[in-house]
Amino acid sequence: MIKNAIKRIYVAFIFIFLYAPIATLMILSFNASKTRAKWGGFTLTWYQALFLNEEIMQALFNTLLIALTASITATLIGTIACISIMNLKKYTRTIIIGITNIPMLNADIVTGISLMLLFISTGLRFGMGTILLSHITFCIPYVILNILPKMKQLNPYTYEAALDLGAGPVYGFMKVVFPEILPGILSGFLMAFTMSLDDFIITHFTKGAGADTLSTKIYTEVKKGIKPEMYALSTIIFLTVLLLLLLVNKSPSNTKNTTQ
Amino acid sequence: MNKKKLLGTPYFIWSTLFILIPLGIVFYYGLTDESGAFTLNNVMAISSPGHAKSLWISLGLSLVSTLICLFLAYPLAMILCSGDHSLQTGFLSSKSNAAHKNIIVLIFILPMWMNFLLRTLAWQTLLEKTGVINNILAFLHLPALKIINTPYAIILGMVYNFLPFMVLPVYNSLIKIDPNVIHAARDLGANEFQVFTKITLPLTTPGIISGITMVFIPALTTFLISKLLGGGKILLIGNVIEEEFTQASNWHLGSGLSIVLMMFIIFNMVVSAVFDKDGKGGTL
Repeated sequence: MIKNAIKRIYVAFIFIFLYAPIATLMILSFNASKTRAKWGGFTLTWYQALFLNEEIMQALFNTLLIALTASITATLIGTIACISIMNLKKYTRTIIIGITNIPMLNADIVTGISLMLLFISTGLRFGMGTILLSHITFCIPYVILNILPKMKQLNPYTYEAALDLGAGPVYGFMKVVFPEILPGILSGFLMAFTMSLDDFIITHFTKGAGADTLSTKIYTEVKKGIKPEMYALSTIIFLTVLLLLLLVNKSPSNTKNTTQ
Repeated sequence: MNKKKLLGTPYFIWSTLFILIPLGIVFYYGLTDESGAFTLNNVMAISSPGHAKSLWISLGLSLVSTLICLFLAYPLAMILCSGDHSLQTGFLSSKSNAAHKNIIVLIFILPMWMNFLLRTLAWQTLLEKTGVINNILAFLHLPALKIINTPYAIILGMVYNFLPFMVLPVYNSLIKIDPNVIHAARDLGANEFQVFTKITLPLTTPGIISGITMVFIPALTTFLISKLLGGGKILLIGNVIEEEFTQASNWHLGSGLSIVLMMFIIFNMVVSAVFDKDGKGGTL
């Protein structure tokens, strides 16, 4: 009994630790006072002001556009690359996977400056394009490392059987291989999307003047003082994601109740 | 077969262009001076008193943070897992188990959807002299917590931001342990402590190692946490490099210091490879 109580308290402690700042931000989004230090009463002004603030809306649009384009492109390139990686000789495969690991293991700051130096030396104009290229680069490894384990679990004979039974390579892949690796593709895509959405460091080095994502916008605001609209926006994003995840998880938990 | 190999071409070109060549450029800048002649001065600059101090502080703070993360995450992962194993022994489908696992993973991924900078700034609000925590402490007539703008606040920020990266790999390696192995050990007379040191710990070493890597590297190289919670007084090696690129515009020196940073990353990878011979650690 006591052991269970200690366990629960411990989990609750970590949970509070993880979510206390998030709760703080949510409360601040309803704070009528403009400074973070004082509570000035409940208000919904910041939610109204948010939709009228063109700069923040533009940054939000940029962030979503980059996260979506980067994660979709990365998923496409990554999935196709996985098929080829599985067919390589062991030695070449190790080298390719090693290279894939570099952006994940290397420090973000080094990845950021290395891409910045590349863009400067090729004379590319800094802006949305350079941010997008960088995001695709650090997203692909998440996709590949999520799909490869699924690929390794595949039974190679089912694909060969499909070919023997007259399926073409593309048809065989779509009917036999694709459904098996789909969970890996989806989790890779989601992880890439999350990482792109939350990235600051690499964007900081590869963005041009004027092209801001939410992270870099917040960073420039840190010195001047964060606009409370930002808290309102984060609260909306967080609650939307929470709601989506609850909806997605609802169906499996229903089956759980019935098996019990 | 050859056609399939060709499918990888876009990615191979991409990784050469955007992973290998950029790294090559960093090495080029780091190992040359303004005239383009080879020099080791940029790399050796790490031994100058200011830079060396930054490096030592970074190493110290990130080591402490990594250890705290490990000691917080391991019991947590065990608790979360014990809930799962009791599910397994019942006659529940593996599907519900997977759903349970998903929820746990989500709890730790979810905070990432609130912007990293805002989350860290929220700690500023919580820790300030007249912040939330101190108001609560004052209400309870307890002494005030004065950790904002000190190394302690930076450690807290590191632990807070990188804890999920420790929990997930440790949890993943714990959940893979066949419960029958533990049952067998108990049947053969092992006590709880022996089960832990002889079975659980060795089987989760790959998870621990990949957790350590995933916490230590970002903690070692961060420049934001120290900027937001350290009050700009404490310069980590990440801050030094960032300033060389954005303010001082000495790319040669910045690249040279980046090379030093990468040597630590490679050292960490070699150590992990020694501990994790089968390469089972993976990332997530």
